Amino acid sequence: MKSLLAPGHRGCAGCCDAMAAKFTLMAAGEDCIVVSPTGCLEVMTTPYPESSWEIPWIHSLFENNAAVASGIEAALKAKGEMGKTKVIAMGGDGATLDIGMRSVSGAFERGHDFTFVCIDNEAYMNTGVQRSGATPFAASTTTSPAGEVSFGNIRPKKNMPAIMAAHGSPYVATTSIGYPKDMIRKVKTALDVEGPTYVHSHAPCTTGWGFDTSKTVEIAKLAVETCLWPLYEMEDGEITKVKKVKNPKPVEDYLKMQRRFKHLFTKEGGDEMVKKIQALADENIEKFGLQ
Amino acid sequence: MRRDYEKEKKDMVVVEGSYAVASAVKACRPNVISAYPITPQTHIVEELSQFIADGEIPNCEYVMVESEFSALSALVGSSAAGARSYSATTSQGLELMHEVLFNVSGMRLPVVMTIANRAVSAPINIWNDQQDSISQRDTGWIQLYAEDTQEISDMTAQAFKIGEDPDILLPVMTCMDGFILSHVYEPVVLLDDDLVAEYLPPFEPELKLDPKNPKTFGAFADPNSYTEFRYLQQQAMDKALKKIEDAADEFYDLFGRYYGGLIDTYETDDADIILMAMGSIVGTIKDVVDKLRAKGVKVGLLKVRSFRPFPVEAIHNVIKDAKVVVALDKNISIGLNEGALFTETKATLYNTKIDVPVIGFMIGQGGRDIPVETIENIVDEAKKVIDSGITVESQFTDLKEELL
Repeated sequence: MKSLLAPGHRGCAGCCDAMAAKFTLMAAGEDCIVVSPTGCLEVMTTPYPESSWEIPWIHSLFENNAAVASGIEAALKAKGEMGKTKVIAMGGDGATLDIGMRSVSGAFERGHDFTFVCIDNEAYMNTGVQRSGATPFAASTTTSPAGEVSFGNIRPKKNMPAIMAAHGSPYVATTSIGYPKDMIRKVKTALDVEGPTYVHSHAPCTTGWGFDTSKTVEIAKLAVETCLWPLYEMEDGEITKVKKVKNPKPVEDYLKMQRRFKHLFTKEGGDEMVKKIQALADENIEKFGLQ
Repeated sequence: MRRDYEKEKKDMVVVEGSYAVASAVKACRPNVISAYPITPQTHIVEELSQFIADGEIPNCEYVMVESEFSALSALVGSSAAGARSYSATTSQGLELMHEVLFNVSGMRLPVVMTIANRAVSAPINIWNDQQDSISQRDTGWIQLYAEDTQEISDMTAQAFKIGEDPDILLPVMTCMDGFILSHVYEPVVLLDDDLVAEYLPPFEPELKLDPKNPKTFGAFADPNSYTEFRYLQQQAMDKALKKIEDAADEFYDLFGRYYGGLIDTYETDDADIILMAMGSIVGTIKDVVDKLRAKGVKVGLLKVRSFRPFPVEAIHNVIKDAKVVVALDKNISIGLNEGALFTETKATLYNTKIDVPVIGFMIGQGGRDIPVETIENIVDEAKKVIDSGITVESQFTDLKEELL
């Protein structure tokens, strides 16, 4: 498979966005059009007059990539060019779960034939690691910092895959950049299914989460191996496939490697929070039948 | 204005202004329409929906979005993909689109959008003034204002021709006064499909989102290049000055109807007093000019069709020999106490040798009626300026003291 994301982009070493974009394009091939909202991916790949995109690519705004994708799909339909050219909207968690929510919701409700890939690095990384609707329980960010009386973000992640499935999407999947083959297969499946399809990819960010640049894939895998990030597929709202986790690792293995959870191991009462996080993993094991 | 009404009569039908616009859009063969309903734009999008439902616009997709923000966003995608793209909105909807407006012009996408001008909240008000589109003055869109339903219909075809010109590539707002034009029934010659096909070539942009020739749209520009993008937009606006005139002339040659290019004039050649205005109010002003001319008052009208690009030279040529110029504005810059047409006209005269006093009146806010008497009173105020100079530069008219 040819990589259609040219080298030389300005992503950090160990950047999750670069991997997500590369895997997505591997699944799509050359005959596609990609829309990306404002975010790391856009900034690092398109400093004018350079571009890393070897396919047609457009950035519009932070909050409207699903609407722009709707328009591209409509244009291809109107001009009789729909069918082979795949339309992909690829954005971060802020542009998907938060500011882009209405645009994504509208596009899915209208049933446009395109695939939305969410690259979930669990905060607004492009602006300096601020909390988003995808920031997990007890993570410290610059706008949900751990402090004397705070354990960071005390809300759970917004369940975006469930929301997209509730829109009547024929295909919704979770994946992770730690599992390239899984991600490529799921994006390809999503692109081949007619209608609005959704792939939510977990994407550890070396800068925002605070881990060594060589550890991106390892951390991504640990999220799956601790059952904090279950991998599954949904067809017409029903879970049809789940990736089993034979011997789940304790959540500490995942949390201890990241600066954003450091306070859980240094602050009094942190062990209680870790227990709550373990309970979230146990809930996933039960709910998704991971074992 | 050059028109042969006698010749037109046989082709005239009585339709609502909104229908005339929708019918014009249909004749322009759009590929993608995207809109969200909002009063008083609603009838336009309803008529277009019906055309689509009846299969009357071939090769066209109508994207029924969940907001005005997405309406224009969808057209970012469709226009970049090479589709002729259209929307219509007004007031709060246009304000909601504000961020996207910059995006469309910055990426040089020649989207055409009809604005059924309406006041903005708060207080909420659905009636006509032009605060909504004037507030979008600096977004890089060409802004044209129509006097009547025939003009807004014909202006639709002109807008696509102007915006899609390879030398221009700018989005165009065609502005019609809400209700006053959008909901009025009057005789109109609807655009003839064959003539429009002759007038308006298919939209075939040199660059588009095409897997066979991949390009990056909307790249990230740092301080090294951002300025040059803005400069090029300004250059395109400069070129549009002539293109707007050409589009009006070419339209006249084919269709026999002309309403002015950048501006139009009425009885201005020997006028001491020149009233400047945009939109439907120019019709009322023409009546006042006729009435006062019969009494020997040397008054004339300068109708501004193009607000962006602002036709500095054309305006100067008309007003340079007048004794006083009065700009009438259905908008206000709160904090300056001036309407936009007044401010801009006044500003263009500074640093020139044209020495003509200019005064401004802010009228018709939130749909308040503008009777002939109001215009006559304004002319009386203008006469005083000729005799004794400016006492008040810019002011509201017809204020109800009991409500203050």
